[in-house]
Amino acid sequence: MQITLAVENLTKKFGDFTAVRDVSFQVEDGKFFSILGPSGCGKTTLLRNIAGFYEPSAGSIKIREKEMTGVEPNKRPVNLVFQHLALFPMMNVHENIAFGLKRRGMSGKEVDQKVNDMLERVGLPGFGKKKIDQISGGQKQRIAIARCLVLDPSVLLLDEPLGALDAKLREHMKVELKKLQVEVGTTFVYITHDQSEAMVMSDHVAVMNSGQFEQLDTPQTLYHSPKSSFVAQFVGNNNKLAVKVHKKEGGEFYARYIDGRDYLLEGVYDLDQGDEYDMFLRPEAVVINPPAEDKKFNVMNCTVKAVLFDGGNSRLLLIPENTSEELIVALPQTKQYDYLKHGDVIKIGWNPATAVCFRKADVKIYDDI
Amino acid sequence: MMISKLRTIRWSFFVFFIPVFLWLFLLIVLPQLELLRMSFLGTDYYGESGVTFDNYWAFFSEPIYWLTFVRTAVYSIFVTLIVLLIALPVAFYITKVASFKITGFLMVIILVPFWVSELIRVYGWMILLRESGVLNHFLTSIGILKVPVEMLYNDITMIMGLVYTTMLFMIVPLIGVMESMDDALIEAAHDLGAKKLTIWRTIIIPYSMPGIMSGSIIVFMLVLGSYLTPNLMGGKNSLWFTEQIYNQMIIYFNWNQGAAFGFMLLLLSSLIIWLALKLTKQDWRSVIK
Repeated sequence: MQITLAVENLTKKFGDFTAVRDVSFQVEDGKFFSILGPSGCGKTTLLRNIAGFYEPSAGSIKIREKEMTGVEPNKRPVNLVFQHLALFPMMNVHENIAFGLKRRGMSGKEVDQKVNDMLERVGLPGFGKKKIDQISGGQKQRIAIARCLVLDPSVLLLDEPLGALDAKLREHMKVELKKLQVEVGTTFVYITHDQSEAMVMSDHVAVMNSGQFEQLDTPQTLYHSPKSSFVAQFVGNNNKLAVKVHKKEGGEFYARYIDGRDYLLEGVYDLDQGDEYDMFLRPEAVVINPPAEDKKFNVMNCTVKAVLFDGGNSRLLLIPENTSEELIVALPQTKQYDYLKHGDVIKIGWNPATAVCFRKADVKIYDDI
Repeated sequence: MMISKLRTIRWSFFVFFIPVFLWLFLLIVLPQLELLRMSFLGTDYYGESGVTFDNYWAFFSEPIYWLTFVRTAVYSIFVTLIVLLIALPVAFYITKVASFKITGFLMVIILVPFWVSELIRVYGWMILLRESGVLNHFLTSIGILKVPVEMLYNDITMIMGLVYTTMLFMIVPLIGVMESMDDALIEAAHDLGAKKLTIWRTIIIPYSMPGIMSGSIIVFMLVLGSYLTPNLMGGKNSLWFTEQIYNQMIIYFNWNQGAAFGFMLLLLSSLIIWLALKLTKQDWRSVIK
């Protein structure tokens, strides 16, 4: 596969503050690549470096093997879809899409042809004469993307373009955007703080935290085997349990939780630097009332604190035995668990392979958590 | 209950309405109506006064009058364009380039001269520019000029003075409209392949058009109706239409003729603004907003 975008050891400093620190990655031709991170992690800075609005402090950006350092944004074969779209309000839809083509010296029939083709492609034929304030949020979205795609860029950069849409439309646009990307075959680099957007659309996701990539993988790998505490918390939902890891005679590692029980772990742990770890347990990986026979299965006793009904997204709020901590567990809506109510004592269980464990670290994803 | 509520509404309405109405009617509408009446009055050969169109006819039949008007109008348009050309980059710098701390300082620098009356400012320029003035003294002392040159009393000085005195009224509306412009529009245009000049032509100026038009209207009207600056800095060579009105009313004491000229000025300047709005395809409502 041909490499379209190659970023090598990119660093960007603003005065003393390092926004992006030594980031390297490659994007293959026609792939959907996402950079996922909380706000302020440097993802927008990284994107603006690629677009050419910032000059990197160190490192290089190559697009189709051509060095981009020192090349003005208007000369780079990349286009950026802005967070608030930045459609030109004084022009109509046609003029907005034709803007880039006219800058390339095209005119007349050629422009009209391309604009109309593009409008058809994004599913808005006949919208050319409409004014920007006459079209809906989702349509603006598609016009903003069409305005860039019509220039046939090597890489299309998207800066959280779905952020301004309401939840239902966002769900819809996620699928639309993925379909569009597959159809046009352009390389997309998408930045977002919404892990669901990144997971649904991307071939590869880079999780970014304080200016660095924590992990770069496929969405499945990120979900199933996060490589750091941060990724485990940021991608998908996770329960965080403070545990002490110890090794038993059989060579197996166990995590001792404050409820006084030991839970089997998978993998090998280095206990030289202390045994304080955080165990991460996904709500959807937990089985309620597990079958008793499997010895490898971890089982925990809990009290039901509350049933949080939310349709297909319903959860149970549990308090593990002898603790005052809270645990969230997915509650399948199969009618099987409808009897559960506040105060019930139940058993829950999980396969050791679904839990991951990292050395205790104080990672704050959002200030309020 | 219902009636008393209505009464209080009416009562409070009149409290606010009457001062506005009195101000508008007594100080603006009534004098204008009187001037309008006077502009149609005249005395014939026998000293009898009556209704006549002679005052208006004089404007067209005497070349000195309408030529003065044409000159005034052309110069006013020219001054407006110069002011616009200077104000656009200034407003852009203040809103988009300068850091937040400097912005306030720059605004104060622009505003401070306007705390002093126009007369004082014009005299300030005269002290700088006259034959025995500061500039001449400086230029002769460093040897660029051998003898002092009279820099006052010509059209160039007058235009410079008019540009200086009206600059603020263009910058303020431009800053207003440019502040509302999302920086991403400029970046988007740049990203889509536009060069700096193209961004100005296709994005910044079209976006700022309502501000440009309202600023231009204010500056044009101020210049067209200004009396002090052309009179003091332009001297006798730079005849301005307001001077014609002044001459008629104060020197010849022909108030009827002066009133007619006043209405011609109002009418023709309105016509020029209407034409400008039509030519730039601007909506009157969005401009005065």
